[in-house]
Amino acid sequence: MKHLLGIENLNRDQIMHILETAVSFEEINQRQIKKVPTLKGLSVINFFAEPSTRTRMSFEVAEKRLSADSYNIAVSGSAITKGETLSDTALNLQAMAPDCLIIRHAVSGTPHMLAQIMDCSIINAGDGFHEHPTQALLDAYTIQKKKGKLDGLKVALMGDIAHSRVARSNIHLLTKTGSHVTVAGPATMIPKDIKKLGVEVTYDPKEAVKDADIVMMLRIQEERESGLMYPDRREYAKFFCLDEKLLSYAKPDATVMHPGPANRGVEIDDNIMDGDRSVILEQVANGVAVRMAVLYLLLGGSNS
Amino acid sequence: MKLLIKNGTIVNPKAGKGFIGSLLVENGKITKIAKGDLAADGAETVNAAGMIVTPGLIDLHVHFRDPGFEDKEDILTGLEAAAAGGFTAVCTMPNTSPACDNIGTIEYQTKKAAREGNGVRLYPIAAASKGLKGETMAPIGELKEGGAIAISDDGKPITDSSLLQRVMQYASSFGLMYVSHSEDTYLSKGGQMNESYFSTLYGMQGIPAVGEALSVARECLMAQYLGLPVHICHVSTKMAVDLIAYFKAQGVKVTAETAPHYLSLTDEAVGSYDTNTKVNPPLRSEEDRQALIAAVKSGIIDALATDHAPHHEREKNVEFNTAPSGMVGLETAVPLVYKLVHDKHITVERFVELFTAGYGIFGLEGGTLTEGGRADITIIDPEYQWTIDKNMFRSKARNTPFHGFHVKGAVFRTIAGGKTVYTRAY
Repeated sequence: MKHLLGIENLNRDQIMHILETAVSFEEINQRQIKKVPTLKGLSVINFFAEPSTRTRMSFEVAEKRLSADSYNIAVSGSAITKGETLSDTALNLQAMAPDCLIIRHAVSGTPHMLAQIMDCSIINAGDGFHEHPTQALLDAYTIQKKKGKLDGLKVALMGDIAHSRVARSNIHLLTKTGSHVTVAGPATMIPKDIKKLGVEVTYDPKEAVKDADIVMMLRIQEERESGLMYPDRREYAKFFCLDEKLLSYAKPDATVMHPGPANRGVEIDDNIMDGDRSVILEQVANGVAVRMAVLYLLLGGSNS
Repeated sequence: MKLLIKNGTIVNPKAGKGFIGSLLVENGKITKIAKGDLAADGAETVNAAGMIVTPGLIDLHVHFRDPGFEDKEDILTGLEAAAAGGFTAVCTMPNTSPACDNIGTIEYQTKKAAREGNGVRLYPIAAASKGLKGETMAPIGELKEGGAIAISDDGKPITDSSLLQRVMQYASSFGLMYVSHSEDTYLSKGGQMNESYFSTLYGMQGIPAVGEALSVARECLMAQYLGLPVHICHVSTKMAVDLIAYFKAQGVKVTAETAPHYLSLTDEAVGSYDTNTKVNPPLRSEEDRQALIAAVKSGIIDALATDHAPHHEREKNVEFNTAPSGMVGLETAVPLVYKLVHDKHITVERFVELFTAGYGIFGLEGGTLTEGGRADITIIDPEYQWTIDKNMFRSKARNTPFHGFHVKGAVFRTIAGGKTVYTRAY
């Protein structure tokens, strides 16, 4: 495997191999000196053309703990603000012979375009509302740690499914590993024919959450150019916020997840977010190990 | 100057059944059409054995980008691309810069084509509103004097129904018809591809089929109300086909075109994230594609038009959402649509009707082979197999999703006004 562009084109064995590899990297993250020489001498460029706190930091931490040389580009400080096209930027970066480029971009398919232009490995760190493969992998890793398995679980995925790359990558991953996914949200947030991806659809959050092992919330997005998908935050919170009452429909040991950034009090209530069933910060911790595993497998590791 | 075309199957649906025969061209006119052989001393002879000889084809929807965007295409290269595609006449859309909403621009276009062009006829479709802004009427009467054969705000549909009514009425006083790019721009805002399972899978903002249908319904109702004709551009959906069938059955004078790419590709193709698959209206579902094939067969769709929309490669070599919509079509239309004949969906006569209906729709001379008539002739080799190569295009532009496609059927020769404007090098 040269690139990681999405979960859609991975098979179950590839997914499990990445997750197994992440276990040994998690151990490194618990050491006092959290650094190994695995990718010494390799260069990785982090190119985030959209705002990001978690994913960008997580990749950078993963790279540095593997001793790779990391470089960061922000669009605001790049020649793209001078009108250079992305493909020209990519060719120029390619000329500096990096080993890997991590790309976050608002337009779906941009990592695929770069994979055709550049020779190095490309890792999709989120493209438009298409895919966010490392998020799904770290979510799966977190679920597996919590539940001991990735099959036979009932997963409720709630919020703006239509505009969520996290939703798509998680749906691909969890259906491939044999879990049962129900998506929920107002009809404006459910994209056309999503059932064909092998999920159930409901507009009733209670129905989605009922007997769920995993309740995964998505951020409502207010920056859509086609207009708001809901009347206002107050109304959204009234009907779709994950609070004590809604969560009471889930299994007693249900795990609550959120990819961040969260809108407290809108899609998730504070006491759920900070409560003992929430693994939101564990997701972030696991993200480093999973990204170390991905970098290792693409750049230096075994053939998979 | 004499030209004798012999041994070909003359397919001229307006004159009846096809036959193997000969056709003599002298001084820009067809002087003799006969079954079997003809003798003509001193004539250049074209052996069209195994080929079909048809009236010169017309493309009633092209963008030549001239004036204003000559790095994409200009009138002369556009006319060359038309000739290579088997077309002896084209209708150009008004979204140039400045828009074709004034006498100066329209005369520039017609004069450039007539003085410097290869002989393929250029018929401008002028703007319906000033600056294609959908606010106030363009000087339609004067544009007619300058050579406009219809009016349209192609690509920027008129949203104001009152303006639509006035435009249709006013244009009718000058014998011009309104040509509608049917799209509800509220529903398509931000959209990148057809709304479907595939837009969900690829994570793209969808453009719903209902947006086209809503607009088609409005235009047809307005045409019915006013008792005026209307022409619908590049129909891409089953919903629109069904509406057009309904209004035709009501006696409304609606005509419609579709484009070869809607008969050849579906929205699944966008999964390559190749910006050459980005077009407006977007590539639709397989169900829509099948409905369009049925509609070109049944006559609900009257004509084929390419919507030839050249863009520079650098404009397409960008992120998908940033890329402009459109694909070139002139040089790939005949083989793509001829596939319907090979696949037994349509007859060769229907194929010729689809590519000559534009003359009738806009009231132009042409579309049939007659003794004494203008020698606009297209010779097609239906069996010739080749691979589409964008680098061989006469067009300046290379934006096609069909590069590398293996096709059967090729334009062998194009004759415009008695002059050979294209010969295929085998």
